[in-house]
Amino acid sequence: MPVKDYLRLRFFPHLWCAGCGHGTIMASLIQAIEELNLLKNNVVIVSGIGCSSRLPGYLDFHTLHSLHGRALAFATGIKMARPELTVIVPMGDGDASAIGGNHLIHAARRNIDLTAVVLNNSIYGMTGGQNSPTTPLEARSTTTPQGNIDPAFDLVELAKGAGASFVARSTAYHAAELKQMLMKGISHRGFSFVEAVSGCPTYYGRRNKLGSGVDLMRMFKDRTVPMGSEKKKNDPSLIERGIFVEKTRPSYTDQYRYVTQGDCKDS
Amino acid sequence: MKPTAERQTLKVSVNTAWCKACGICIEFCPKKALGQNADDKAVWKHPDKCIRCGLCEQRCPDFAIELVEEV
Amino acid sequence: MSGTLRFIQGNEAVVEGALYAGLGFYAGYPITPSTEITELLAERLPKRGGTFIQMEDEIASMCSIIGASLTGKKVMTATSGPGFSLMQEAIGYAVMAEVPCVVVNVQRSGPSTGLPTAVAQGDVMQARWGTHGDHAIIALTASNLQDVFKLTIEAFNMAETYRTPVILLLDEVVGHMREKVIIPNEGEFVVQRLITSVPEGTDYHPYLAREDGRLPMSDFGGVHRYNVTGLVHDMWGFPSNDPTVAYNLLRHLVDKIEKRSHEIARYQEHRIEDADILIVSYGSSARSALHMIEKGRDSGIRIGLLELNTIWPFPYEVVRRAAERTEIVLVVEMNMGQVYQEVRRAVKTDRVYLVNRFDGVFISHNDIEKTLNVVMGRGV
Repeated sequence: MPVKDYLRLRFFPHLWCAGCGHGTIMASLIQAIEELNLLKNNVVIVSGIGCSSRLPGYLDFHTLHSLHGRALAFATGIKMARPELTVIVPMGDGDASAIGGNHLIHAARRNIDLTAVVLNNSIYGMTGGQNSPTTPLEARSTTTPQGNIDPAFDLVELAKGAGASFVARSTAYHAAELKQMLMKGISHRGFSFVEAVSGCPTYYGRRNKLGSGVDLMRMFKDRTVPMGSEKKKNDPSLIERGIFVEKTRPSYTDQYRYVTQGDCKDS
Repeated sequence: MKPTAERQTLKVSVNTAWCKACGICIEFCPKKALGQNADDKAVWKHPDKCIRCGLCEQRCPDFAIELVEEV
Repeated sequence: MSGTLRFIQGNEAVVEGALYAGLGFYAGYPITPSTEITELLAERLPKRGGTFIQMEDEIASMCSIIGASLTGKKVMTATSGPGFSLMQEAIGYAVMAEVPCVVVNVQRSGPSTGLPTAVAQGDVMQARWGTHGDHAIIALTASNLQDVFKLTIEAFNMAETYRTPVILLLDEVVGHMREKVIIPNEGEFVVQRLITSVPEGTDYHPYLAREDGRLPMSDFGGVHRYNVTGLVHDMWGFPSNDPTVAYNLLRHLVDKIEKRSHEIARYQEHRIEDADILIVSYGSSARSALHMIEKGRDSGIRIGLLELNTIWPFPYEVVRRAAERTEIVLVVEMNMGQVYQEVRRAVKTDRVYLVNRFDGVFISHNDIEKTLNVVMGRGV
């Protein structure tokens, strides 16, 4: 099915700014779902609040635009109530790791079988450009006029440390690679965490003189390297892309079925 | 994606209503086959250079450019 | 009523009522004095094919039951004051997205950590106005365990009928005391989830009420794909900031409950036909009020009790009618006068007196008697 068949066309053009990476990431997500040929009726997309959280509204699945930071809690209820559904949870970086941090680490700890996709543009875009837990040190934002002094999370390390059994990172520039990771994450039976580095030209790019969507995309190309690449050794500031964790660990819904009903297969 | 040989019949189509003139497709087209129209929106400027790789469609944030069957 | 006779705790009566009503998903978090509800359901819900989960906090508990409800399950969570405060934003979401769910608040003495094991009824106004913005809410309460069982079922029925969160506002005394309860074999009226009859491929509107006001649902995972959001939304569930859409939605959200308060009003009248003095009370305070009726009548004072089982929407009409014949109205509750304010708005007489305690000690008939003597000019 062509990508367009997954869109709720009446809402296009979408609301994201020119050059924002979110649209590209949404395209990769659709292509991943399409290639896995999941049935539309079996897919639930749950988002929080923010620019990234408008993603489900554009897609022809069961869609839930929930509360800021709480997408994973809503999604856990859905997955536990109907384990056979594929649950995908797009969130913003602040949505997932600031207000939503508690639910993020517990969803990972439980290894609940759903796919968290963090559209990480290192800023709160919807509210006009405040710094988030992934804004780099010294970066400018409307709430760090003197330069950001909050050290940033490494979302991959955070998810790894909390026990996620699938952890990957790519960028809006590497759209094909991102699609592959999303396919693997969605198919993975456990908590999958995919960080999709995205660009916010309107606030992050402008305030930090990093230019437009094109410049941010080029930055993703030049400032990231495949995991284990030599370049990383001589320039540690480069960000690694790849699949950092991929291990089998009993998923929460399988464990729950096992301890309550004794069998372990999907119903 | 169809194998390269068959792709020659594909053409690049731009939905100017959705295109926001962000320039990403133009910048990262490996063959510089895309250009800007009067409103800075993408246009298939050099079809001859185009290898139909689909990277423009892949990276477009607005679903505004795609490879379609030549009709 | 044929059934099994049980001698159980109030919190267990909630569990019995929920299971009877068809509870399918429960999420909770430990907090005194409601934890027994979570513990009992951890044990019993899975055995009934339902799903139990202890979430990482009360916010997550409330959010996860909303998610589960959208997949077609009857859902519940239980907490107490501090947790109830944390749940407010999500309760507002369930109001806005019209998601059926039951929230049990076994009240304890507040505010803040307060007296965690002590009884109080200080969350009445929070149950009404805890979440932000104009909205309506249903809150039920009970003073004995047979009523707790019955009102829990009612809470699920009303949640389904009006597609709304329903607050079951209990208190530590009712929650922890033990009492005889008859669990009926069957026959207690249980409202099932109303599922749309719109066939696949036809446009289903999740937010278009039928003439009877009921909104048929469609499960996540079912044949109709739609959007759910906390934003003001159109009848398909998609965001809209059109003033007319906003006006119609909020008007609908409030009217679907406030205009039906007569249907939602649950109350019990004890000997008010010939009463000179009316007591209005609810929850465990009503037990002392009942005791006071006997005591008062023994000494020739004709007292009647109007016990409220519906707190919100407040049954003004019922209170006004009950107080018509009496000069003196006492409102007996364990807070600083929360239902008292509403009773004063409902009744004509200005001889409305508050009989209360908020020091963590259960209010007794002696407390009522002391105030009554003062009110009747006899002094203590």
